[in-house]
Amino acid sequence: MLKINNLQAEVEGKSILKGLNLEVKAGEVHAIMGPNGAGKSTMASIVAGKEEYEVTDGTIELDGEDISELAPEERAHNGVFLSFQYPVEIPGVTVTNFIKTAINESRKAQGLEEMPAKEMLKKIREKSELLEIDRKFLSRSLNEGFSGGEKKRNEIFQMAMLEPKLAILDETDSGLDIDALRIVANGVNKLKSKDNAVIVITHYQRLLDYIVPDFVHVLHDGKIVKTGDASLALELEKKGYDWIKEEVNS
Amino acid sequence: MELKEKILSSYVAFENDININSDIHDIRTEALQNFEKLGFPTKKLEAWKYTSLNSVLKDDYSIFPNKENTIQFADVKKYFIHDIDTYKIVFIDGKYSSFLSDTTHDGKDICLMSSALKKSKYKAVIENYFNKIAKQDNLTSLNTAFANEGAYIYIPKSVEVEKPIQIINFTTGKEEATLVQPRNLIVVEENAHVQIIERHQSLTNNTALSNVVTEIFAARNATVDYYKVQNDNVNATLVDNTYIEQQTNSEVSVHTFSFGGNITRNNLNFYQKGERINSILKGITITEGKQHVDHHTLVHHIEPNCESHQDYKGIYDERSTGVFNGKVIVEKEAQKTNAYQQNNNVLVSDKATINAKPQLEIFADDVKCSHGCTIGQLDEEALFYMQQRGIPKKEGRALLMYAFANTVLESVKIPEVKSRITKLIANKLGVNIGFDL
Repeated sequence: MLKINNLQAEVEGKSILKGLNLEVKAGEVHAIMGPNGAGKSTMASIVAGKEEYEVTDGTIELDGEDISELAPEERAHNGVFLSFQYPVEIPGVTVTNFIKTAINESRKAQGLEEMPAKEMLKKIREKSELLEIDRKFLSRSLNEGFSGGEKKRNEIFQMAMLEPKLAILDETDSGLDIDALRIVANGVNKLKSKDNAVIVITHYQRLLDYIVPDFVHVLHDGKIVKTGDASLALELEKKGYDWIKEEVNS
Repeated sequence: MELKEKILSSYVAFENDININSDIHDIRTEALQNFEKLGFPTKKLEAWKYTSLNSVLKDDYSIFPNKENTIQFADVKKYFIHDIDTYKIVFIDGKYSSFLSDTTHDGKDICLMSSALKKSKYKAVIENYFNKIAKQDNLTSLNTAFANEGAYIYIPKSVEVEKPIQIINFTTGKEEATLVQPRNLIVVEENAHVQIIERHQSLTNNTALSNVVTEIFAARNATVDYYKVQNDNVNATLVDNTYIEQQTNSEVSVHTFSFGGNITRNNLNFYQKGERINSILKGITITEGKQHVDHHTLVHHIEPNCESHQDYKGIYDERSTGVFNGKVIVEKEAQKTNAYQQNNNVLVSDKATINAKPQLEIFADDVKCSHGCTIGQLDEEALFYMQQRGIPKKEGRALLMYAFANTVLESVKIPEVKSRITKLIANKLGVNIGFDL
């Protein structure tokens, strides 16, 4: 589904990704771990199309098509979803109106009619129940005054509504207490199918207790330097990253 | 002939045409002399440093369009708030249009300045209030000299006006360039309540210059909500001079929505003549092209325990320019004043300009005065967030601008006005978003 080849990118002249390769197939869950500043969030933003990063080499393919020249909204229309580490606040626009707009803009891009109001409401109800979101929450301004946990839950709610092919969860676990973590992880698992894929970026093993990855990658200094199965995350939790850095350097 | 000369030489004809023996003849004559002395404002004046009227004063204005112009309601319906019942005071090229208006004398007077100036039953109100708070400055004096037509609103004690009043001034553009000078007087007695919507609209792209003066008096416990919708054509220039005097416990709010027009200058002045007064000044400005919008506000805190709240949001695109000059004076006696001023601006293009100048003159020592002024750009991270959810850049920008201006919009008390303004914002930003913004 997603194929990243030799991706190199810089921001303001500073090299951040230095030849990253990653392949994610439909039905898979990949976890990306790594020390601070390794380039994890940068990778997520670049796949989603953030303009301030300059891709200097390499390709990003989604279902065989190079998406690296597409605008962020076009990538979204093609099924890329990024759950933000720091979701932005938009006063005056309710959660419901925002998600309606997002869905209908995607439909418009695909040449479809707007989703009928009844269908929209039904979907909103289903997905908010899945994530145990209170109705009142939906009529609040997007992310305005939300707690860290509410923001993250709202991200996954939007993911559930948009049903992306590829979801990248950038530190979705940070700011979540253990109950919220379980609800969010449970939501992600229910949305998982053989046709979609999830990339989980995290610092901690605890999220991976709930969302069990098929592959765990270690990103260090702009490259993936080690790949393993779920047990690698446990090992990292115990031993930290220094041993990997030493491996790379030697 | 220069416009000033042309105006001065037409004064005799003007007074002959109406009624030279009018009660306000002396006021007019004095004002004319004042204007003769001061002339039009130039950039040499501190208050006009960033706003030049030169480009609009060179046109050959028709000063008293004599023709009675008519327009069909269907052609101008869109300029009215038409989804609710309202009183309407409508002028076409400065002349009253009875056909488009809906006035009343039933328990209150919602009618015309020209008839109030003529009839003896209004004499006392005119004597007590007319030109009592309007400044003797250049353009207000010019308006006073030719004061004859406009809205006259008198709301007696404890009357709550059951529906909003719309004051609409159309210019037909039948002349190359039209000068109109509406003069409004609004007196709201104790415990009375009124909501007013004011709009100036030219119907062609011919030049129009409106020099408007509005005096508003809010007695004890009175409430006035005033909405100024400024969405005129590209060659329409507006100088709005509004003067408001408030008595104890009164609350007056003025919302100014400046989206259209060529040059727009808003002189909004509040004078607090009692205690526990609340004055609210809010505005949203969205400009493009070569538009220029200048907000000059003044809140004069004279007595103790009063409040003022200012919140102006500006979004400037292309080569447009803006000015915010917010002056707050707190007199020595005005202890426990709570004066709040917020002015936030977004420059969408690097060619746009804003000159922001908060001015606080505080002579009392036990007061709470805060002011904040920001000039920035749209939040790129927020824009990326919306694009990531599939919302195209243009719509995303519109949503962000709407979110930015929302603090002003949410205090609009008439839902139909609020939804109209949101539609105007969406139009202005060229988007059609799937819900009422």
